[in-house]
Amino acid sequence: MIRVESLGKLYRIGPRKIHTTLRDTIAINFDNFTQRRYKKSHNLEGADAEHIWALKDVSFEVKKGEVVGIIGRNGAGKSTLLKILSRITPPTEGYVHLYGRVGSLLEVGTGFQSELTGRENIYLNGIFLGMKKSEIGRKFDEIVAFSEIERFIDTPIKHYSSGMYVRLAFAVAAHLEPEILIVDEVLAVGDTAFQKKCLERVEAMAKEGRTVLLVSHNMASILQLSSNVMLLDRGRVVKFGEKRSVVSAYLSNNNVVTGEAELDDSNARGKAKFTKIYVRDEAGEASKDIAYENPFYIVVEYEVRAKVDRLFVGLMVSNIENVAVFHTDAYDMTDGRYGIQGEIGHHRASVRIPGALLSPGKYYVSEIGLWSPDFIHHHLLTGSLMSFEITSSHIKPSGSLVLRPKWEWFSE
Amino acid sequence: MKKMAGVTIIKPLHGWLPINIGELWDYRQLLFFLIWRDIKVRYKQTVLGVAWAIIQPIFMMVIFSLFFGRFVDVPSEGLPYPLFSYAGLLPWMLFTEGVSRSTNSMISDANLIKKVYFPRLIMPLAGIMSPLIDFLFSFLVFLGLMFCFGFMPTFRIFLLVGFLGLALAAALAVGLWFSALNVQYRDVRYLLPFLIQFWFFASPVVYSTASLPKSWQLFYSLNPMVGVIEGFRWALLGTEPPNMSVFASIAIVALVLVSGIFYFRRMEKNFADII
Repeated sequence: MIRVESLGKLYRIGPRKIHTTLRDTIAINFDNFTQRRYKKSHNLEGADAEHIWALKDVSFEVKKGEVVGIIGRNGAGKSTLLKILSRITPPTEGYVHLYGRVGSLLEVGTGFQSELTGRENIYLNGIFLGMKKSEIGRKFDEIVAFSEIERFIDTPIKHYSSGMYVRLAFAVAAHLEPEILIVDEVLAVGDTAFQKKCLERVEAMAKEGRTVLLVSHNMASILQLSSNVMLLDRGRVVKFGEKRSVVSAYLSNNNVVTGEAELDDSNARGKAKFTKIYVRDEAGEASKDIAYENPFYIVVEYEVRAKVDRLFVGLMVSNIENVAVFHTDAYDMTDGRYGIQGEIGHHRASVRIPGALLSPGKYYVSEIGLWSPDFIHHHLLTGSLMSFEITSSHIKPSGSLVLRPKWEWFSE
Repeated sequence: MKKMAGVTIIKPLHGWLPINIGELWDYRQLLFFLIWRDIKVRYKQTVLGVAWAIIQPIFMMVIFSLFFGRFVDVPSEGLPYPLFSYAGLLPWMLFTEGVSRSTNSMISDANLIKKVYFPRLIMPLAGIMSPLIDFLFSFLVFLGLMFCFGFMPTFRIFLLVGFLGLALAAALAVGLWFSALNVQYRDVRYLLPFLIQFWFFASPVVYSTASLPKSWQLFYSLNPMVGVIEGFRWALLGTEPPNMSVFASIAIVALVLVSGIFYFRRMEKNFADII
C-alpha cells in the first residue's frame, strides 16, 4: 500500500546554474541574502519567478495489488513524483508511507558498463536495482532466457546492437520482485514483440498481487495495464479514478498537441530520429481540423544522422478510445522508389489519407517507426504523439464508430 | 526516511543527519560490486593489464632513486634509497588514488545517483577501497625487493594493518569532503591534482622527516600522511618508531572524517537534483 499526503517539491529554476563555481555561489548567496530579507519582510517566500513547485498538494492512496497509471504532459510532475517515491530526491513538504519492499525502475540498464560482458552486467544492474546477489544467481538463467541473447552473454556489451542492449536491460528489470514496483516510461523499448513480452510481464506482476505505479505516454499500455489512472497537470493531481474516463479526459482536454507537434526524440540511439509530425490539407495548409470529405496528409519529418541504404517509415492512428484505427507504411510507395530518403540530413515523408473515410471525431497518431528492411536499424516512437479532428457539418459523431466510408451502393 | 516493520517513510529532510550504519550494512553487496566493477573495468582494453598496478610504483621508485638517491643524495635513514622511497610510495599511492577516485565517484556515476537510491556514502567508500587491490600487488613487489636487499620482515609487519587503516581513513576523510563539494563545485576537479602535488612534497615520501628543521616538526606532523608513512617505514624496515606525531595524525583524521561525514550527509539529499 502507498499513502501520499500533501506532497510538494520546490525546485529552484532561478539564476543558480546546475554546475556552479565557487565564485558564482558567493555572489549568488549574497544576492539571496539580500533578497531573502526583502521577501521575509514582504511575506513573499515560496514559489516565485526563481522557484517552481514541481509537485504541490499531492495526496492519494494506492491499495495493495493495484496498478495505477500516471499520465500527464511533459513537466506535469510525473517524474518528480516517481523520484520522490524512489527516495532519489526528498520532498519539500508532505510525506509518503510505503508498506512493503520497494523496487523502482526509472531507466533500463542503469549502471550498465560497456566494457563488461552481458553476464557481468546482469549482476551489476541487478544489484543497482536492489536485488541480492543470491537472488540474481537464482534467477540468472531465467533472465538470460528472457533476454533472448544467450549466445552473446559473455560478449562485452559495447558490441551489442541497441536492440540487444535493451533486451538485456529489460530482462534484468523484469525479474525484480518487489512488493511495490515503480516504473517510469521504460516499456516503450525494443521491437513490438519484445514490448508485448514486457507488457505481459508487468501484467503478471500485478496478478501476483504486487502494487505497481506506472508512468507512460502510451495510452494503450496505460489502459491495458492499469486499474486506475492518475492525471497530473502542473504538479497537481487533476483527476484520479476509473482509467477510461481519466484517459479520455486527458486526450480530449487539448493535452495532446493538435495538428503539429515537435517530437522530443532525444532518446533515439540509432541512425535516424524523428523531429516533427503534422497534418496538412490538400492545399498544403497546416490544419488540425479536417473536413470529412477532404483528403489530407500526415507528414513526418526526420533526421538521418548516418546514411541508411533503405529506410522505411510507418505510422499508426488510433481514436480516443484507444482503438487502433489503421496502420500504414512506406512499403506502399507508388512513385517507383523502394524506401524513403536515407541520406544524411533532414527529410520529410508524407502519406495521403483519402477523404470520406474516417468517421468525424478525434484521432491521434499513436505510433511512428523508422526501420531498414533487415531490421538492423529500427526506431519506434509511441504515445499520443499528435492529434487531429475530422469534422463534418452533416454527419454526427456516433459513439465509437471508426469508419464512415463513402462506398458505392447498387440497387437492382 | 526510516524503515520500520516494512514501512518506508519518506519526508522532507532538514539540516544535519546522523550516519545510518544499519542501512550501510544493508547495502554492503552494492559496495562490494562497485569495487569489483572498478577493478574489472580499470585494466580492460590495456595490453599490460594488471601489470600497470606495479609498473607505476616501480618506475617512480627508479626515478626517485636516481634523482634523489644518487644525484642529490637525500639522506634515507641508513636504508637503501629504493627501499626507503618504495616504502613511502606504498601508502602514498593508496592514499592519493583513494582520494581522487572517491572525489570523482559521484560525477562519474552521476547517472546512478539520478536513477537509483542507495546511501550515497557507498560511493566514496568504494572509491577508497578499490585501490587496495593495486596496493596488494605493489606490496608483493615490495616484499620481493626487501629480500633482494637482504631485509627480513619482523613481527612488526602486523602493525602495518593499523597504518593501512589510518591511510584509508585519511583518504576517506578527504574524499568525503571533496566528493560532496565536487557535486556542486566542479572547481574541485581542477584543485585536486594541484593539491595532491603540494601534499606530496609536504609528506616524507622522497625524504626523511629527520632532515627537516626541528622548529617545523610540530607544524609538519599536522599532515596525517606523515604518521602513516613513518609508520610504514618503521613496521616494514625498522626505522625510528614514529613519535607522538601518530597521535596527532589520528586526531586530525578523526576530526576531518567526522566533519566530512556530517557535511556529506547534509549535502547528499540534494545530489540527484544538482549533479
